[in-house]
Amino acid sequence: MGVLVVADHDNKALKAATLNAVTAAAAIGGEVVVLVAGHGCADAAKAAARVRGVAKVQAVDDPAYANLLAENTAPLVVREAAKHGHVLAPATSNGKNLMPRVAALLDVQQISDIIAVKAPDTFVRPIYAGNALATVQSADKVKVITVRATAFEAAPSEGGAAPVESLPAAGDQGLSKFVGQELSRSERPELTSARIVVSGGRGMQNGENFKTYIEPVADKLGAAVGASRAAVDAGFVPNDYQVGQTGKIVAPDLYVAVGISGAIQHLAGMKDSKVIVAINKDEEAPIFQVADYGLVGDLFEIVPELEKAL
Amino acid sequence: MKVLVAVKRVIDFNVKVRVKPDGSGVETANVKMSMNPFDEIGVEEALRLKEKGAATEVVAVSLGVQACQETIRTALAMGADRGIHVLTDVELQPLAVAKLLAAVVKKENPGLVILGKQAIDDDCNQTGQMLAALLGWSQGTFASKVAVNAGDLAVTREVDGGLESVALKLPAVVTTDLRLNEPRYASLPNIMKAKKKPIEALTPDALGVDPAPRLKLVKVEEPAKRQAGQKVKSVAELVDKLRNEAKVI
Ligand SMILES: Cc1cc2nc3c(=O)[nH]c(=O)nc-3n(C[C@H](O)[C@H](O)[C@H](O)COP(=O)(O)OP(=O)(O)OC[C@H]3O[C@@H](n4cnc5c(N)ncnc54)[C@H](O)[C@@H]3O)c2cc1C
Ligand SMILES: Nc1ncnc2c1ncn2[C@@H]1O[C@H](COP(=O)(O)O)[C@@H](O)[C@H]1O
Repeated sequence: MGVLVVADHDNKALKAATLNAVTAAAAIGGEVVVLVAGHGCADAAKAAARVRGVAKVQAVDDPAYANLLAENTAPLVVREAAKHGHVLAPATSNGKNLMPRVAALLDVQQISDIIAVKAPDTFVRPIYAGNALATVQSADKVKVITVRATAFEAAPSEGGAAPVESLPAAGDQGLSKFVGQELSRSERPELTSARIVVSGGRGMQNGENFKTYIEPVADKLGAAVGASRAAVDAGFVPNDYQVGQTGKIVAPDLYVAVGISGAIQHLAGMKDSKVIVAINKDEEAPIFQVADYGLVGDLFEIVPELEKAL
Repeated sequence: MKVLVAVKRVIDFNVKVRVKPDGSGVETANVKMSMNPFDEIGVEEALRLKEKGAATEVVAVSLGVQACQETIRTALAMGADRGIHVLTDVELQPLAVAKLLAAVVKKENPGLVILGKQAIDDDCNQTGQMLAALLGWSQGTFASKVAVNAGDLAVTREVDGGLESVALKLPAVVTTDLRLNEPRYASLPNIMKAKKKPIEALTPDALGVDPAPRLKLVKVEEPAKRQAGQKVKSVAELVDKLRNEAKVI
């Protein structure tokens, strides 16, 4: 039977969260097969073959999969899913877009964003912004699952030597077209897999202050930059910086929250960080209830001092 | 073009949710309920399409217990033209919701269905994608911009790396993200007017759908609590603690 992992990738390389999904697949048990659907995706397929724990890679190279449009990718995954007991994908924007479409076509109730495998049919997932954890059991013939990357170690990206098998495409459904993308470019580590994250909130006041105050600290620490919803809504930083219930989930070794009050929706995205630092002028701010180290004061004085001290 | 908007009744986002001591779920008695915030954004978008002349009618659909009618009334007060309530006491999971909505779509023939990207109670992020699959339609998920063009729908999507634009064949399913718009408040006259707008009542039976849950809820528990740490007095102390106590830098 085995477990099929649908890789998230950009044709050249795997998205880091794919490695965490491989670990979740291994926890379920059985042979781990990675499906790499893309266009000009030979490099991504080779990268998948090197991941430790992967038994086989199936590559499907076709223009229909160039941008992982769900309308085209879902029928392909459905075709392959029939051969497996489980289909997993990381809960990235691609995984979230694709997998429910797969599940519905299979007449299966998907299990979103799992954080633990209790048994091959039983999983734990957060609900209500992580205020509660639900253990759910599925009787569906195929289990369709998305995996919260921060809850599983990344499988080693080297050390494996799985064979790569090439599979035929399943056609273009003609329902949607990729038009373009505007990716925020950054030399910094990727937010969801960074070891250190420095985030700013409404207290930053504007986007310029992110550049003047947050970025130099992030540079010194080799950190990724994140933000609260309020900072994104106000246009200080792009949407992909948002950490939280409805943004990105992060769990770095160190999370520094600057000018963020600590609303439950924000905490949902970062409270599993190993060490949390909060810098806020309001000593009653809820962020201090989860912070290991809290510093009360004006961020515009504290942050430059911090940058100098590092 | 008719636009259908799905509106879910959920525990208000400001409520601190508590797990029931017996592990059967979360406390819902005497708790404030509201429309899922992403669905408010959905209603707003449908209304704007109508105001721009791209949509002709906005129909709000809610599924679940009798009290979902309040959620539909909220949508009507914002400006939706009429409501549909699929009444059931069964716990609805996304696949069942998608099947019920697909049956409503077959009756109503909308050109566009708008849902929230995520219900803030179950945090599933599934229903819109499932509905699109069941209908064989295109899907524009996590939308931050929607425009109806001749023959297709231009959708800008919030993705992990930034923004992505797609062109969708109509009819289509769209799910809303936070930046799509800022929902309006219902004015008092509109709240009064909404009381007279029609709400059609349907049942899963009448729609020919079995809504029984597929996933068995084994238990619900509280997550491990994080202990609040210490306040430090100065940047020097903070850096020292991070280096020598936490050893993270
Ligand atoms: C459906 C829904 C989904 C949501 N999803 C998310 C999500 O994914 N992520 C998220 O973050 N939020 C999310 N939110 C929003 C959340 O509820 C809060 O509104 C948001 O997190 C607040 O952001 P903030 O802490 O930056 O702003 P505020 O709450 O306004 O806090 C600003 C803080 O900055 C401090 N401050 C101001 N000036 C200074 C200064 N000079 N020095 C030091 N401190 C200063 C203030 O004391 C205050 O504590 C969501 C909300 C809803 C309804
Ligand atoms: N019971 C329901 N009634 C109306 N709409 C719903 C219901 N359940 C889910 N939806 C819609 O589906 C979206 C996503 O929900 P979910 O897939 O559960 O996260 C919500 O924002 C609603 O638009």
